[in-house]
Amino acid sequence: MAKALRTPVGAFSAALLALVLALAVLAPILWHGNAFEVDTEAIGQGPSAAHWLGTDNLGRDVLFRVLVATRLSVLLAVLATAIGVVTGLVLGTLPSLLPRSAARLVTAAVNIAVAFPGLLLVLFFSVIFGVGTHGAVLAVGFALAPAFARLAQTLSASVAGQDFVSAARISGVGRIRLLVRHILPNIGEPLVVNATIGAGASLLTFSGLSFLGIGVQAPDYDWGRLLGEGLNGIYVNPAAALAPGAAVVLVGLAFNLAGETVAGVIGVRTGSRTSAPRPHIPAREEVAEDRDGALLVVENLQVAFPRPSGWTVPVRGVGFTVRAGEAIGVVGESGSGKSLTGLAVSRLVESPAVVTADRLEFAGKPVLTTPERELRGLLGTSLAMVFQDPMTSFNPTRRIGHQLAEVSEQHQGLPRAKALARAVDRLRAVRIPAAERRARQYPHEFSGGMRQRAMIGMGLMGDPRLIIADEPTTALDVTVQRQLLRLLARTRAERDTAIILISHDIAVVSQTCERMLVMYAGRIVEDLPSAATPRHPYTRALLAASLDLETDRDAPLVVIPGRPPEPDRVPDGCAFADRCPVVTDRCRREDPVLERVDATHRVACWHKGGAA
Amino acid sequence: MTTSAIVAPGLRSSPWLSFAWRRLGRFAVSLWVLVTMAFLMIQLIPGDPVRAALGLTAPVELVTARRAALGLDDPIWLQYVHYLGGLVTGDFGTSMTSGLPVSDVIGDRLPATLQLALPAFAVVIAVAIPLGVLFAVLTRGGRRRGAELAFTSTSVLLAAIPEFLVAVALVALFAVRLGWFPVAGSDGPSSFVLPVVALALGPASVLARIVRVETLSVLGNDFIRTARAKRLPARLVYFRHALPNAVTATLTMGGLMLTGMVAGTVLVENVFAWPGLGSSIAQSILQKDYPLVQGIVLVYGIGVLLVNLAVDVLLAVLDPRSTIREN
Repeated sequence: MAKALRTPVGAFSAALLALVLALAVLAPILWHGNAFEVDTEAIGQGPSAAHWLGTDNLGRDVLFRVLVATRLSVLLAVLATAIGVVTGLVLGTLPSLLPRSAARLVTAAVNIAVAFPGLLLVLFFSVIFGVGTHGAVLAVGFALAPAFARLAQTLSASVAGQDFVSAARISGVGRIRLLVRHILPNIGEPLVVNATIGAGASLLTFSGLSFLGIGVQAPDYDWGRLLGEGLNGIYVNPAAALAPGAAVVLVGLAFNLAGETVAGVIGVRTGSRTSAPRPHIPAREEVAEDRDGALLVVENLQVAFPRPSGWTVPVRGVGFTVRAGEAIGVVGESGSGKSLTGLAVSRLVESPAVVTADRLEFAGKPVLTTPERELRGLLGTSLAMVFQDPMTSFNPTRRIGHQLAEVSEQHQGLPRAKALARAVDRLRAVRIPAAERRARQYPHEFSGGMRQRAMIGMGLMGDPRLIIADEPTTALDVTVQRQLLRLLARTRAERDTAIILISHDIAVVSQTCERMLVMYAGRIVEDLPSAATPRHPYTRALLAASLDLETDRDAPLVVIPGRPPEPDRVPDGCAFADRCPVVTDRCRREDPVLERVDATHRVACWHKGGAA
Repeated sequence: MTTSAIVAPGLRSSPWLSFAWRRLGRFAVSLWVLVTMAFLMIQLIPGDPVRAALGLTAPVELVTARRAALGLDDPIWLQYVHYLGGLVTGDFGTSMTSGLPVSDVIGDRLPATLQLALPAFAVVIAVAIPLGVLFAVLTRGGRRRGAELAFTSTSVLLAAIPEFLVAVALVALFAVRLGWFPVAGSDGPSSFVLPVVALALGPASVLARIVRVETLSVLGNDFIRTARAKRLPARLVYFRHALPNAVTATLTMGGLMLTGMVAGTVLVENVFAWPGLGSSIAQSILQKDYPLVQGIVLVYGIGVLLVNLAVDVLLAVLDPRSTIREN
């Protein structure tokens, strides 16, 4: 409660409610006379110095009448809410006390009643209870009851499932005692919050009812009645209709906001993002001799996210090349920046993240600086993505065939039927049985392995020169994993497609790819042919920690001690220093450069494995 | 409820048929409850409804005759049977004030109400969905805090104002002050503008807010990244891939709000003296014309049930998982 008051909205609504309560108490005492005083000189006049909001058709002051009406309007709303909450509580908790069949009847009745809008229920009840203040209070109250019954049901069901209630039940506490002692106290707070919001709603409903003439009857008046009277004279004095309307809205809003603030729906927002300039990180790598003519050229690629405390840079300067038909693996622990690198290269990183690179070219086109419109065709047909989780990567509301066909409709200008035929053909190419029928199915009708193959098939709708597969087999079981890797290998062989395989599994990568990029803390620490002997201590540790059939199962499981640094807390020196078995003082002071050790091998380590 | 019991074994194979059966079963049960409640409404009125309607001064003979004419002296089960029988044959009873058949009054006034409700509904959909998607896209990932704040506070405020107050404000500004539209009545196309806007404004801002929140949560999904990886134009990503997935939750929550619009017509019609069911029901409650009230309540109730049915069917079509899931 105290916390809610400290938010601006909370303080505002609390002040407003206090004002309304004060008015409800004081206004009739102070201004009762003014509100009934008939000024025959000024009948049905607009606002003036004597009557700030004008007068009604009997010459009574509108402002005073609106102020005095506060008490009746608020009182009736609160009364009706009380009736609604109590009735709702009884209806809602009754099922836990009644025998099962009766309980189900009550629940079903509540469920049907909840489906009807409040105003219809109000009209229904006001027929039964009759026109006038009493009938209207009962009608509004009872109309509120089903919603509260539903709320009480859900709340008490959630409490009833908790351990302490079960414990009380097992120890023989009776049902009524259980309800009063254990359940009600625990649902009290949300009920109060909702009752406050409910009071706002009943204020609005009640004024509607009085406006229709069904609620408060003359000579009594609440805001709804004043509004109805004011509407008749709207040509002479619109203020007479608008003022009570504004009062209703304002007070209704105050109840609403007060309830919602306490409920924490309008929570305190977290601090805004940084406006600090993005840190410039110079490239720390030796550029490969000939990067021209490569399919993909990446130099000093960085991805930065603005955070309240400053910039976080999970990819801190990555450079590599991919040649046509080449298969490259990117390995590293989770958080090493390998997935983000894949997304950044294919221009799929979204704002607020910022991607920069000294050079980023795909098929000779600069990816970052070319307008998206110009790149769309090229990337749509030549660059295919396969994502980690096949269960979530397809749109659940569209048929698989259409999701594939879209690519050709969009980028190759095929008409729908032709595009669909091509989709079926590609599904066949990735060995989906009964492709024609499968194309008409939805993703949920596919198994995980089949979806992943369909995803590759989607990439083949164009004529991909590069497939970026981000952990494509992680979510699949081992046999399906094999099939999928074989499919990728075959695709590569048949079409001379290059592949970037992103994986945390160094064994999978070394079997599938001829070259590996080992990433650590947002940087490439080693770039080596899969067959070569690794020279970076991290690569060695990864290899030692990977299991295969030859692993000695009696030896203790090899793990890399420690954890990689958080992306916003990368040390000045080598990021791996804290976990490195061969660490020296220089490693902690200076960040090693990714240097060439031979024609095909680059390592970022001061020791280059020599001191191991 | 075990409505699935009425599904023939052979039909279980198709999820669509079983869905249709289940949903129609629920509709039938709700309809029966509604009809019974409408019948009981008159029985529950304390005292003699005919005496209440005709006034304390009415002669005893007239009251007895009217009671007999309405069948109020029959045992209650017989009255119920008669009432159900009447409804089946389209007989909703006779208005106590005008002496006209209730079905005539309804037939006379329902079109005017529909002429308000349907355009208002169309406006809500046409405004709220693009607006919600637009602001979801604009304010995604914490961008444009200012636009987000303006959108949220405006829609919260508009949604908090009940439609009849919106109506009054619109009349004061556009009809009285500016004189662009007529103050009341149904006369020509310009007379539709204010009531339709009054009816649509609140629901549209609620729906726009729901659409925005739902779209935002959908935009975080993997399949949106897939759609972007296909390099589809933004329009297709948002409206073909994001929206249908946001519509599921939107419709579920929006359904309640749309039934609220059915009720909203009552107040708005009264502000504009619109010759529809809404102004009739208020009058007939005041005049204690119970058969007419009964008939109109029934029509509104059926309207609500039909909206709910339509929402569920639409959901099943748009999101095939929801049909399957229920099985």
